[in-house]
Amino acid sequence: MRIVDALSVSAALGEAEPWASHIASLDEALGGGLGYGQVHEIYAAEPDDASSTASFAMAVAMGMCQRADRPKQTVLWLRERRWLKSAGILQANGWAELGGAPEQGLVGVVPDTLSLLRAAAEALHCGRLGAIILEGWGKMPALDLTASRRLVLAAEKSGVPLLLLRIDATPASSAARTRWQVASAPSRALPGNAPGLPTFDLTLLRQRSGPSGLHWRLEWDRDRHNFREAPLSGAVVSAPLDRPLADRENAPQQTGGRRHAA
Amino acid sequence: MRRSRQEAGATQPEGASDISLPPLAMVAKVRGALRLAAVDARAQALGIVPGMTLADARALEPELVVTEMDEGADRQWLERLARDCRDWSPRVTLAAPDGITLDIAGVDHLFGGETGLCTQIEETMAAIGMTLRHAIASTPEAAQALARHGAPSIRDERAAIRALPVLALGLDADSTLALNRAGIRQIGDLTVRPSATIAARFGAGAIHALYRLMGEEQAPIDVLRDPEPLHFERRFAEPVALQATIATVFMALLQEAATVLAERDLGGHRFVLTLYRTDGARHRLAIETGRATRDPALVLRLFDERIASLADPLDPGFGYDRIGLFLPATDPLPTSQPSLDGREKDEAELAELIERLSTRLGPGCLLRLAPRDSHLPEQAQLALPAMDVRPPVPWPQPPEGGPPMRPLFLFDPPQRVEVLAEVPDGPPHRFRWRRKLHEVRLYEGPERIANEWWRHKGGECAGQGGLTRDYYRVEDVQGRRYWIFRHGLYEEKPDPQWYLHGLFA
Repeated sequence: MRIVDALSVSAALGEAEPWASHIASLDEALGGGLGYGQVHEIYAAEPDDASSTASFAMAVAMGMCQRADRPKQTVLWLRERRWLKSAGILQANGWAELGGAPEQGLVGVVPDTLSLLRAAAEALHCGRLGAIILEGWGKMPALDLTASRRLVLAAEKSGVPLLLLRIDATPASSAARTRWQVASAPSRALPGNAPGLPTFDLTLLRQRSGPSGLHWRLEWDRDRHNFREAPLSGAVVSAPLDRPLADRENAPQQTGGRRHAA
Repeated sequence: MRRSRQEAGATQPEGASDISLPPLAMVAKVRGALRLAAVDARAQALGIVPGMTLADARALEPELVVTEMDEGADRQWLERLARDCRDWSPRVTLAAPDGITLDIAGVDHLFGGETGLCTQIEETMAAIGMTLRHAIASTPEAAQALARHGAPSIRDERAAIRALPVLALGLDADSTLALNRAGIRQIGDLTVRPSATIAARFGAGAIHALYRLMGEEQAPIDVLRDPEPLHFERRFAEPVALQATIATVFMALLQEAATVLAERDLGGHRFVLTLYRTDGARHRLAIETGRATRDPALVLRLFDERIASLADPLDPGFGYDRIGLFLPATDPLPTSQPSLDGREKDEAELAELIERLSTRLGPGCLLRLAPRDSHLPEQAQLALPAMDVRPPVPWPQPPEGGPPMRPLFLFDPPQRVEVLAEVPDGPPHRFRWRRKLHEVRLYEGPERIANEWWRHKGGECAGQGGLTRDYYRVEDVQGRRYWIFRHGLYEEKPDPQWYLHGLFA
């Protein structure tokens, strides 16, 4: 028995411009950028890429939250309790290190897959959220075509993007607008052979209307809140494309300093 | 006959006899001038009395400590004391600003008679630092007057009242002065005079006050009582089972509650809905809101969430014959004026979402991360229920440039790894985690994090403060970035273990 038949839905936002990643080939393939009010599926290439996939989703969510007209948006991260042990505890420090504002974030830890989907559908009704990240592990049989269509409709109504992480799962048919695959990639080493910025191997597996099967290697720049293309030959230290070499040697001084002071 | 007992508590702590402290006075603004409203015993001993201007008092005692009078706090404190006084009598009346009247008719024998009761109250008040003056009389007014102006011990009540100064009538200052000028100094002088002349000269108020003091006239008393509990109920002649009817009834109950709450400037925190089925079964549903609210639509939606998340759905059976709504917890909620820019609406929308999800998932499931002052990585954050955290605590931002230094995911407890290092004290060369071998391509470290030795017993001695950790940020050949640490330096432990603590982007 329910008391109310249908929940009231917050007023839909106007059609927002898609979020442009400032990588020409990526934006062109997507027809302008990643759209708000849509569902984007992000698959991990391997279960070991879970943290890279999650970080990529986090980076996208933070990029999508940088809207001039609505500052300080909240990101909601939904997780399932039984996977906490293999996935690890979400750290606000790491969130801030990726350039986010964890104090604006909400973390929902739910008991099972069904409540995960329900919570996402419920949260999609609130237009105040900047983005929702749903971290799904395993096959998730509850997420069938009907369920994903329901999420898409809710997202369209409120204009909130839903990033659906699928870890340890094979791509299945869904109503999502785009489907991505993320793998971690070797980063450009900093001086002193230190691991560099977060780097991802990104594949656009499918999108509803547009080209697919494209591949990028991207680096996340947390200070500017955008991606930039990383050289594909990550195994050697390569000269940066956008800055002179001398500048580069100055910049990581802090890192080196911190290393020794640690 | 009503026997009343009155106590007048002055809001002065008992330790007033301490000479070393400077005298204290409280001031209030009276017609544009700062005048003393209350003084302590030390100030009184110096001739400083309430009603003086602050300048005069300062002239008498330059070291006078002055604070502002807070009448609201006084009133609140008096009410609290009065509520505590209900231990002794069910009928307690406030005599603002500093008196409490207890009706002890028929209750004093429970405490060993009037003397026993007085001793008990005196001891209780002394324990919380209140000075107390009390008296027992047959009317509340007489008890108040005797406590304030009477002698410490009273044998004959009528004689004691007659001996009271005319100030005890509680008339305005002009009338009291006029009475004194007319040579009437005591109540006894007034009782022997015909009442008509008194009324003609000082007004009917003087006569009423006199009669009440003498017990010849009864005045109404305003007994302190708790506000009515917020309980709303509908009973039905025929059981109802239709969902639409139940929803309508519930909405009506909520609207009724909202009206009462609005009258009292309150908002509900907890709402309990009880459905009484015809066969005697009861369904009890409770919801909690983050902020106090009296919006029926919001509460209805939360209840809907609650019902949807029930393990076994509500079964009306042959119908409910009674539906009750109870509000156990409320908070003050003044009527608010919405702002023009709509920001408040945004905030409210988010708060509503937090409430809805917390109701659906349980309050411990929706969390906000708050910083904690610890340099141990696993203790650096607190996950607090989002309902309770308001406003959010900001996190420090990392310096510009440079890679992430802290992982996004942390394992607690850290996971054991087998590590092969080139030199014992050096960075890992390759490691085995989850039965897979990882070849380290890049590394950075060590970042040395010491244990919290100040929490250990004897931790300040060398070697007793727990093991130090050496953290390395490593990247394997596949490009996955890990946070690995060696638990213990070689000086601390002969064979330290390696652990994987976190995963980077």
